[in-house]
Amino acid sequence: MDRRYINFIFILVLVAAIIWVDLPRAEGAAGIKIGTFERTLNPVLGLDLRGGMQVLLAPPEGSDIDKQALEDAALTLENRANGLGVSEVVFQVAGDKYILGEFPGLTNTEEVIATVKQTGLLEFVDAGTTYLPDGTLITTDHGLTEPVINDPAVVPVVNSEGVVEPADYVFHTVMLGSEIEKVSVEIDQVTGTFIIPFEVTDGSTKMFRDYTAANIDKNLAIVLDKRVISCPTIGSALDGGGQISGNFTSETANNLAVTLRYGRLPVALEVVESRIIGPTLGEDSLSKSLLAGAIGFSIVILFMTIYYRLPGLVAVFSIAIYAGLTFALFKLIPVTLTLPSIAGFLLSTGSALDANILIFERLKEELRNGRTLQQAIDLGWKRAWPSIRDSNIATIITSIILFWFGSAFGASIVKGFALTLALGVGVSLFTAIVVTRNFLSIVIKLINPARHQKWFGA
Amino acid sequence: MLNILGKRYIFFAISFLLIIPGLIMLGINGMPLSIDFKGGTLLEVQFPSNALPSTEQVKDIYDGLGVKDAQIQTTEDTVLIIRSSVLSDTVRLDILEQLTALAGSELIIRKADTVGPSIGEGVTERALQAVGLAALAIVLYITFAFRGVPHAFRYGVCAIVAMIHDVLIVLALTGYGSKLFGWQVDSLYLTAVLTVIGFSVQDKIVVFDRIRENNTIYRKLEFEKLANHSIVQTLQRSINTQLMTVEFFLLALALFGGVTLREFAVILLVGLFSGTYSSIFIAAPLLVVWENQEWKTWFRRTPKTA
Repeated sequence: MDRRYINFIFILVLVAAIIWVDLPRAEGAAGIKIGTFERTLNPVLGLDLRGGMQVLLAPPEGSDIDKQALEDAALTLENRANGLGVSEVVFQVAGDKYILGEFPGLTNTEEVIATVKQTGLLEFVDAGTTYLPDGTLITTDHGLTEPVINDPAVVPVVNSEGVVEPADYVFHTVMLGSEIEKVSVEIDQVTGTFIIPFEVTDGSTKMFRDYTAANIDKNLAIVLDKRVISCPTIGSALDGGGQISGNFTSETANNLAVTLRYGRLPVALEVVESRIIGPTLGEDSLSKSLLAGAIGFSIVILFMTIYYRLPGLVAVFSIAIYAGLTFALFKLIPVTLTLPSIAGFLLSTGSALDANILIFERLKEELRNGRTLQQAIDLGWKRAWPSIRDSNIATIITSIILFWFGSAFGASIVKGFALTLALGVGVSLFTAIVVTRNFLSIVIKLINPARHQKWFGA
Repeated sequence: MLNILGKRYIFFAISFLLIIPGLIMLGINGMPLSIDFKGGTLLEVQFPSNALPSTEQVKDIYDGLGVKDAQIQTTEDTVLIIRSSVLSDTVRLDILEQLTALAGSELIIRKADTVGPSIGEGVTERALQAVGLAALAIVLYITFAFRGVPHAFRYGVCAIVAMIHDVLIVLALTGYGSKLFGWQVDSLYLTAVLTVIGFSVQDKIVVFDRIRENNTIYRKLEFEKLANHSIVQTLQRSINTQLMTVEFFLLALALFGGVTLREFAVILLVGLFSGTYSSIFIAAPLLVVWENQEWKTWFRRTPKTA
């Protein structure tokens, strides 16, 4: 079969895939899942488009900064915020000394930040035969002066709403987070599952051994700020240490290990920057940029078809594929869409258009020089290619350097811009080389070019 | 054929006339840095219609809480943008409470940014370093890509000089804008400048590419004629691409409301136009100046024979 038709079929398949990825999905609808690759396929909107708050935390001026401690602090903060029931909170290390926290949809900085920043209290709590699901809020006897004697006949239960019954039941705290050390994450050689070995400090070894020996098969809940994080079962008497096993993924195991290691934050942090974007402003910006994009694109379609006629129409399809493919990549990677990243996308759309215009101007030139249409298309493409290649490579070089700058310095605006620009330029090279060229050659195959020179604007 | 390069000194003069006054204005008034770079708090609050307090009323509230440096700007009839030094959370809440009392009903908080003074320090410096590094990489790449033509290095340098021209045009525009409309240099501004830089270099290479190609075709032709011919050949493409990319942003400009985004759009509009303009009227003429080593005749009394 003709090579161009093979390419054409490939493009059609690609278009089908793009449409499938790009179609809007209902909230919570299934995305794709291939092995560990899992995406919801909903576009990720940045805070400037959806509203919310963003805080930048840093250790106080002049303190020692340990990268690992920052990573742990970010994870701890995220766990705590999620424990508060705040959804979709992200804390990540940005640059060499910052932690960037993002709270979509939230605007009350003070409360949340104050809560997540405070020092946490980690307890190991005797849960008896009751399994306490993650997130359950409980009362413990730690810090109480009077010992609490629960009625042994009462077995507390957690009802379907995640509340302990009876409500006044007080659990006994066996040990505090300050009494354990050397927490790590390992993979069990026998079962292949993740386990978290830990050691108990010397002073508490005997107490912990006696307690576990007496409570085999009972549950020992790990509780942070009175909220259950994990509720493993005691398998055997533990001498000087033990390990927590359960249904862990590498991520959940790591999270738990970090919590155990740092019931409290490993570094002191202060808020150095906070930004709140009201939901109205976000929505406003989003709808306006969408409208601007739609109108701009319509004008481009008109201009291209009027000025370049048939090739112009081909270019419009090619640009549509470019835009669809880039957007699909944004969803798959995923790339957070912010105003700067949309600017990067628009700029790369400019260069995608430029590539097509370069080719068509060349094509017209060759036609004027008396070449046949087929020759003109081949030559036009061949001669336009070096300028398309070199100009786009230069742009990619620029965006790589800007991306590096953005990540090294926690300047997420620059990073987002550079990423979408580089992606867009890469995709525009692909559509110029593969799509526009293939469509054009198929079009001339289907019509009798000699009779339709004027369709090419010659 | 159009003789663009013959008038090169006129184009240089035009650029100078546009750039110098703007830079002088910037020099006198200082760079209008926003809180993103110098630290502070920005509140953007939308009031119910007919309930917009006067600038003095707002100023009084700030003064009453010991914040003396509040700058108040009204946009879109019902929106106030108030900039001040860093406000603590409690002071900020106090202010919002008093503003609500003044308006008599709930306010819509569109934006509330607080940036500590230490953050902005170094951003500009690091941004300059990054751009400098990018420029160096571009010169190296162009030198490599144009290795087939004589003096490939010149193409890279001229592209970067023309790019600096575009950045200067944007800076000059900032000088005018800050004087006339109270523009501020914020992180969105930084994005706009980066966009201009990216587009500028890309456009230079397209024009230079034609010179590169013609170089192998018309070996005997004088460089100035060759360059002029190349520019004229790419003119249609320059105009069309410019029309389209700028069209996008023109629309964004028309449709985006709000002071911040309008500023962003205007800077892009002018910057991108300058990017295309300077490929033809700055970068290519500079190549010719370099080829002819014209600086040797600049200070002689004899009339030029170009």
